[in-house]
Amino acid sequence: MHGHDHAHHPALQHHFSTMSQQREAGVLGMWVFLLTEVLFFGGLFITYTLYRMWYYEAFAAASKSIEITPGLINTVVLIGSSLTMALSVRASQTNQRKATVNWLIATIILGSVFLGIKVYEYADKFEHHHVPGPSFQFASEHGAEGAAHEAAPAEGGHEVTMGPDQLQRTTQIFFSLYFVMTGLHALHMIVGIVILFIITWMAHKGRFDSEYHAPVEMTGLYWHFVDIVWIFLFPLLYLVERHN
Amino acid sequence: MSSVHVSPLSTYLTIFTALMVLSAITVGAAFVDLGSLNPVVALAIAGLKATLVILYFMHVKYSSRLTKLTVVLSMFFVAILFAETLMDYATRGWLNYVPMGQ
Repeated sequence: MHGHDHAHHPALQHHFSTMSQQREAGVLGMWVFLLTEVLFFGGLFITYTLYRMWYYEAFAAASKSIEITPGLINTVVLIGSSLTMALSVRASQTNQRKATVNWLIATIILGSVFLGIKVYEYADKFEHHHVPGPSFQFASEHGAEGAAHEAAPAEGGHEVTMGPDQLQRTTQIFFSLYFVMTGLHALHMIVGIVILFIITWMAHKGRFDSEYHAPVEMTGLYWHFVDIVWIFLFPLLYLVERHN
Repeated sequence: MSSVHVSPLSTYLTIFTALMVLSAITVGAAFVDLGSLNPVVALAIAGLKATLVILYFMHVKYSSRLTKLTVVLSMFFVAILFAETLMDYATRGWLNYVPMGQ
């Protein structure tokens, strides 16, 4: 395509002919990795789906006990961080070293804000005994009221009314999934922030230009993937049966 | 010289705005009783948001066919995961003649 008649870019590995071939291979490899990530989270999402169909009433009650506001703020924060990440990739594509660094720092800050709000939310669940385990307490708080009212129709169409004991047991399943799914999501963000620090340092050192910025681009793909996971988690965990 | 597609700033801002509006619609729709359509609407909006992120933020719109195929393949694999598991869920009681939905 180009580049055979002038000096090789210093970042060109010997097993690639051109920078664009190297870039293409990198993008493809990253997407193959993301494919495994999609299936990793896919396993959690199908587990969520099955339990939601079995214990819809518990999922509705447990989801309604979660504050929407922090979740919505985090949605805005995380999508905002995807924007700053995309702008950082764009800056690296156009040789803007300072802008690349600044947008990366903005992404780190927004990612940290997200995790901070998550810590607040987790602390809140510990306080309300909504963490699965021996001290889990749901039925006494919401159960009496939940059992007295008519049951929410399950998505399968059948109606079941759960007693306090059943609600106490089955809401733990919702909260187990809540902690596993948001926990693994948060873990991905922590890994992402560590990578962002490394990339920011590399960008600051002037390692990237319009021809070579694969690390920024790959970090971007990873970060956006994590954003997409949250885009699905938010309605599934925070917004079940809100209209009742 | 560079074969990399550089999207204009306006594209990113437009997509970001669209994602914000869709997030607001998701929350709003959750408070409207749509019956069994509530989760369908929620997932449709999430799917649309994910598509925008994939196409524009992740540049798949401007990627090679091989990359596009890999992206679609990941969704295909998840579809298999969901279809086979739900098939088991829906049919497991058949042999014992347990009426469905009870």
